[in-house]
Amino acid sequence: MSNSTISNAPFSEPRMSGMPMPATWPRRRLGGDLLIRLRQNIGVVTAIGLFCVIYLFYHFAHPKGFSSAVFVQNADEVFTLAMVAMAQTLPVLAAGLDLSVGAVMTMVGCLASYLMSGAAQGTPIEFSFGGTSHVLAVLPGGVIGIIIGVIICFVAGTLAGFVNGCVVVYGRIQPIIATLATGAIYIGIALFLRPTPGGKIDEDLNWALTNSLQDFASTVHIFDDGNAPWFAPLGAIPVPFILIVVIALVVWVPFRRSVTGRSVYAIGSAEGAAYMSGLRIDRAKLAAFTLAGFFAGCGGLFLAIQTSSGNADIPQAGAYTLNSIAAVVIGGTSLLGGTGGAIGSIFGALILRVISFFFRIFDIAPLLQPLFEGIILLAAVSIGALRVLRVKNTLELFR
Amino acid sequence: MVEESRVENTAKERDFLVLSGISKRYGGVVALENVDFACERGKIHAVLGENGAGKSTLIKIVAGVVQPDAGTMRLEGEEVRFPSPSSANAAGVASIFQELSLLPDLSVADNISITSPPRRLGFIDTKAQRRRAEALLAEIGCEDVNPLMRVRDLPLSRRQMVEIAKALGQKPQLFVLDEATSALTSADVEKVYAMLARLKAQNIAILYISHRMHEVEALADRASVFRNGRHIETFDWGRRSTGEIVQLMIGRDIATQYPPKPLRPKGKPALKLGNLCWERRLEAISLEVAAGEIVGLGGLDGQGQKTLLLALFGVLRGVTGEIVINGKPVRPSSPAFAKSPSVGIALVPEDRKTEGLMLPMSIADNLAIASLHTLETGPFVDRAKERSAVEKGIARLRIKVGDSKDAVSTLSGGNQQKVVIAKWLMTEPGIILLNDPTRGIDVGTKQEIYRLMRELADQGVAILFYSTDYDELIGCCDRVAIMYDGRIVRELEGTDLTEHNIITSALNIDGAAATSPPGEATHV
Repeated sequence: MSNSTISNAPFSEPRMSGMPMPATWPRRRLGGDLLIRLRQNIGVVTAIGLFCVIYLFYHFAHPKGFSSAVFVQNADEVFTLAMVAMAQTLPVLAAGLDLSVGAVMTMVGCLASYLMSGAAQGTPIEFSFGGTSHVLAVLPGGVIGIIIGVIICFVAGTLAGFVNGCVVVYGRIQPIIATLATGAIYIGIALFLRPTPGGKIDEDLNWALTNSLQDFASTVHIFDDGNAPWFAPLGAIPVPFILIVVIALVVWVPFRRSVTGRSVYAIGSAEGAAYMSGLRIDRAKLAAFTLAGFFAGCGGLFLAIQTSSGNADIPQAGAYTLNSIAAVVIGGTSLLGGTGGAIGSIFGALILRVISFFFRIFDIAPLLQPLFEGIILLAAVSIGALRVLRVKNTLELFR
Repeated sequence: MVEESRVENTAKERDFLVLSGISKRYGGVVALENVDFACERGKIHAVLGENGAGKSTLIKIVAGVVQPDAGTMRLEGEEVRFPSPSSANAAGVASIFQELSLLPDLSVADNISITSPPRRLGFIDTKAQRRRAEALLAEIGCEDVNPLMRVRDLPLSRRQMVEIAKALGQKPQLFVLDEATSALTSADVEKVYAMLARLKAQNIAILYISHRMHEVEALADRASVFRNGRHIETFDWGRRSTGEIVQLMIGRDIATQYPPKPLRPKGKPALKLGNLCWERRLEAISLEVAAGEIVGLGGLDGQGQKTLLLALFGVLRGVTGEIVINGKPVRPSSPAFAKSPSVGIALVPEDRKTEGLMLPMSIADNLAIASLHTLETGPFVDRAKERSAVEKGIARLRIKVGDSKDAVSTLSGGNQQKVVIAKWLMTEPGIILLNDPTRGIDVGTKQEIYRLMRELADQGVAILFYSTDYDELIGCCDRVAIMYDGRIVRELEGTDLTEHNIITSALNIDGAAATSPPGEATHV
């Protein structure tokens, strides 16, 4: 056969276009859009399913199962971890890791323990240095003081996250080491603020936010002190649950639908391609860490309100950070970045907490708790890894 | 003549983009030197040259990915600077790069609208985004892609079409395609041609870079040849013959494109497949490859050719049927098993950047990585053995390296591919599986690969060679098996091995042709 005829023959002759395409080519791989969405969010779906199963089981096993009191208590215990897990989600989506979320939570909690006293004459903010106590500022008292205090806590958390972002983006330092360092700084600030546990939180504020909607309404005197007939069916809902839903809807959902949010996913998916697509990488990373700081700050604020004190507890900060990573993974977000979301992480946090609830009702020796928690965590994470068994093309395991 | 064409070019009023005196160095390496270049609206302008000639750098400068060290760039007479890809986008330059720039975890719709998604009240309007994706995909004849699918889950050829849709969606004034068709099937290439014709009619300037001469031949209105970082010549298409162009590109004449096929009796079968099935993607594959034979796998992209190679290399679980190697039935369970001396299979994978190479590791490390077990002394890798093996590998494929300690990512595409091939040759395989090994590499290197394949076959190696380029299959292979929908529909050999037969079988137009005896089909 002759090679010259081949190399000289232009390939674009209309002989191709005259041929009909085979009817079966190409085939649709999957049925409906719903199936595609389900398959792509399998991690979150699994987490929600798992949570529903174990939480139902918990209520059946609990002597006071399905009561408002149990719901309220559970919601109180979950809120902070859920917030810290949401915080962790953002850097993870951008293929990073934030080791300072627990520290930011602790720092904001210590700050909040000064700002929420609700005292009529106002609150002094002190910190100790060189053995003496210094008064930093005095806030106005009453409700206005509390509102200002909440805003200050939000700003403090957000600022801490922003600093993390700046170190990562402009310092070009890997997130894991950058936040290890800044986390130590935030714990240091927390220790300045609260060398020993203490502080005061307005009692009404504590009561209103850590109980049911009914209690909230009666404390702040709305809806006939919560006795309005239409309000009755909603009365049993725990306030922290409402807060999680509101924060998710008002902060997370819009963020995810924004260009910046999309960019965060893009960075975690393929940073080079994201840059080549003309996305603003620096801004998105900065936003991810900043928003992480905000969520962690929300967690710290609530923790202070719930415990009516501030405590620069270093082991607690570390435990929250590590649990946040576990919650993110259980919630279906890949540590490689690019897939998942904060809603999944909320369910991850729920699952982690429900596991620890079981220790209470089954009366397991406290010394065994870490052992069991570890085993159960490993089992829970392995469920996500089960898909590996169904993979027929082993190359896909390494992508 | 060179000077003449430059003057003629820059003087034109219609020039859309004009580069003058552009230079770029990477460390000590000159990528572009004092380049003057211009392209017009409503023309398809081909940029030709071997890898390392400076085409990619030129394109990257136009797209704002790299900044020139010297020189100016004018867009419709205005001097411009593109410090980032987004600034180039904003000025109306849309580019499709050789390295795919899609985000694998995001959906097709997300990817298409990634630079400027449709918004409502400040947020991304997912419904509008989806409609937009559907419209753009329809425009390039890709209605079969569901915009909800993740890019990760699409085959390479579809991904490339998504990339084209994405660039098209930016409403470009200058459309840059860098090897944009290298992974496409011929049917898709036709669709891209039609799209380019429409863009041309809309008076849009198009820069087209491709190693496939027949594409350039079909499309180009003008062409510029680059060599060693310099602009050699720009001419209207047709004023130079293909032979002359090739000579301008490589500075030497290429007499024969493909090494001659020896006429010799078929050797003993090295690889024999019987009724191989996997997951409805491979159906009853039966094929024989003799020692010393090059067997091609042809057909439309995604008909099971790559899957077959993966199955043989032990990547797929649940393969049923028979694999017989040198008379012994084997069941490859992993690549580690497949490459072991008793089996002796090597696979040059589809994507050299992710499956072929460890990009940040050195050239030497990459070369030795598959044959480390032969380089051991006790439990340690023997440095001296490793060094001599690496040197042999570099020499055998004539890989152009400065220092084998350099990261493999510093090499040009063609040389990277040579490293992948050399790495596998160092395992001394009896069977070599090649998955589109010449995709996106220059003519010179391609020919070296063809020659090498024939050399290996002469030494008794059995080669199974998948290529999307029909020319290549015809020129290189002793026999070509055409796959369609997971089956081998026809085997072509000798005088039957023609472009026409490949295309008819690939499209499975005439079911009878698949079973008709050789000789008759040529008259269809």
